[in-house]
Amino acid sequence: MKNEFLSVFSFKEVFSQLIKDKFALIALIVLGILYLSVAFADFLAPYSKDFSDRTQSYVPPSQIFTIDEKGHFSKPYTYNYIREFDEETYEIIYKLDRSKKYYLNFMNKGEPYKLFGLIGSDRHLVGVEPEGRLFLLGTDINGRDNFSRLLFGGRISLTIGFLALFISFPLGMIYGGISGYFGGKIDNIMMRFAEAIMSIPSFYLLIILAAILPSNMTSVQRFSLIVIILAFIGWAGFSRVVRGMVLSIKTQDFVKAAESYGTPKLRIITKHILPQTISYIIVAITLSVPSYILSESGLSFLGLGIQQPDASWGNMLKEAQEYINIVSRPWLLTPGFLIFVAVLSFNLIGDTIRDVLDPKSKVR
Amino acid sequence: MNLLIYVFKRILQTIPLIIIVSFLSFFIIRLSPVDPLAELKMNPAISQETLDAEIQRLGLDKPVIVQYFKWGKSFLKGDLGVSVTGEKVADRLMERIPNTLLLTGFVILLTWLVGIPLGIFAALNWKKPADRILTVLSSIGMAIPSFFFALLLLIFAVKTGWFPTGGLTSFNFSSLTPLGKITDVLWHLVLPVTVLFTLSLSGLQRQMRGNLLDVLESDYVKFARAKGLSETKVVYKHALRNAINPMITLLGFEFSSLLSGAALTEFVFQYPGLGRLVLEAVLKSDINLVMASLMIGIIMLILGNLIADILLKIVDPRVRV
Repeated sequence: MKNEFLSVFSFKEVFSQLIKDKFALIALIVLGILYLSVAFADFLAPYSKDFSDRTQSYVPPSQIFTIDEKGHFSKPYTYNYIREFDEETYEIIYKLDRSKKYYLNFMNKGEPYKLFGLIGSDRHLVGVEPEGRLFLLGTDINGRDNFSRLLFGGRISLTIGFLALFISFPLGMIYGGISGYFGGKIDNIMMRFAEAIMSIPSFYLLIILAAILPSNMTSVQRFSLIVIILAFIGWAGFSRVVRGMVLSIKTQDFVKAAESYGTPKLRIITKHILPQTISYIIVAITLSVPSYILSESGLSFLGLGIQQPDASWGNMLKEAQEYINIVSRPWLLTPGFLIFVAVLSFNLIGDTIRDVLDPKSKVR
Repeated sequence: MNLLIYVFKRILQTIPLIIIVSFLSFFIIRLSPVDPLAELKMNPAISQETLDAEIQRLGLDKPVIVQYFKWGKSFLKGDLGVSVTGEKVADRLMERIPNTLLLTGFVILLTWLVGIPLGIFAALNWKKPADRILTVLSSIGMAIPSFFFALLLLIFAVKTGWFPTGGLTSFNFSSLTPLGKITDVLWHLVLPVTVLFTLSLSGLQRQMRGNLLDVLESDYVKFARAKGLSETKVVYKHALRNAINPMITLLGFEFSSLLSGAALTEFVFQYPGLGRLVLEAVLKSDINLVMASLMIGIIMLILGNLIADILLKIVDPRVRV
């Protein structure tokens, strides 16, 4: 049914509309910057995600000076912080150690890394001498650089949703396709099963599935299983919509023609019917990326998703659960802003794509 | 009478659904590597006999399928079993369910009271500045992660001291007057309700706007206009009724998404609701507790859908039974 209202998908048209729309264009640029930064995280981040200086826990963002004490312009420099215990207020205070200046160097020599796992280098965009510390957004409890971890954490948070889509969408398409095409009893049983999954409140299902993961897995294993869990939550609702569309497409002449040639049923579904749903699928994909990002971050926030020492935006926010942290260490909240920005951008792009492909829908 | 048959039919339809869901969840939870008796085993004061008795009581020595049927039998009898900490599951649920209902009830009421008029307003000002602003605001509302928003409000509460930072009641709750108790609870509800309200308002407002815009383009509305009816009459008497029908269906689903969304918010605000209970139970692999709260969640969802369907049937008699 829905298919009749959707215009034929053309990448060129969608793209030109995206650029015309002010909000969508900004969203595209923001996402572009985010994805480029996490791709080049090794180079852009002053430190690696595991670099930790235990003497520097919860250090506020480094102050960068461009005017020196004599009032002259100077090459940007920063001071290290010293942690001190204030015996009167019983608080830990951070003071600038003004004894030594650390100048910010571009293409600074730092920890070695391999860009994309191929190009080895030890140059970082900005940095200071080895004894100096450049914490652009402060540090966490272990004295790890928040800014660097944001970049590395973004790799997980921004890709996990896409990876889950690669599983849930093909699964939902095939499932919905088979269910709708065969109809009758098969359809009935398959749809009852999909409904059962849909009727478990999704977040409950998510935490139950995440809780069964054993704790002794490597981070790669854990990451892939969380992708599978996210996909498992999402496919059912999608398959129902696909099934509805297949029900109306299968009555059309070209399907009948393919059947009369004796084309195998699975081939009719995958080659003739499902391609007709492409416009809807594109819209559904862009609109569901944000929900995957939110699910992953929620899960990691509860401590059930990506585990330390790996970084994801959700598990970085976990530290903000303590009152003292959110009030006196606001830089620990930065991952939340990034999740917000990423989700907002995906939503804006998704809305615009829907407007182009489904002009009848005005829900914007 | 017709309505009663309809309700009965709908309830019958949900039975296989409940069975599949319970079966599915039971097996998933039993896959968990967490030992439900881990805490007891660590305790040197607990003897082997007590442990064996616990294993017997929870049925941990039998195969999973036997456990499932054992659980199903007692569930049907209304016995929800005992949690790993020894408390009755039913008691713990009874403690939490009213709190969650209170929270979600408040949120749904508020969202409808605000979201529907805002949606109508946006649709009537289609593509005008007011509509654009609302669209931007609702995009923002949809993009804030609930737990992050909750954290921001928590900072606000801690810094200003205007709102309590968690829980549902103050420490001196039992000594308050009845009126004082009500204000105290309401006071604690403000922040969690704000979080969930913001999240569901955006969706509802957009949906209402879209529905009304669709209806306003339909032929019968054009006809009503052509007939010379006043715009107010066209919108509020003719268009609105049809635009609101799909919203009622949405009401049922809203209930379930609120249950999900509430879990994280409850967690941040230390709110004693169902979502936090499930989380605690899952972390302890407390199978009886998880199963019971899941079933309650699903029954609440099905009830929500049922109520929505009945409402729809009352509002729009054309709906087929």
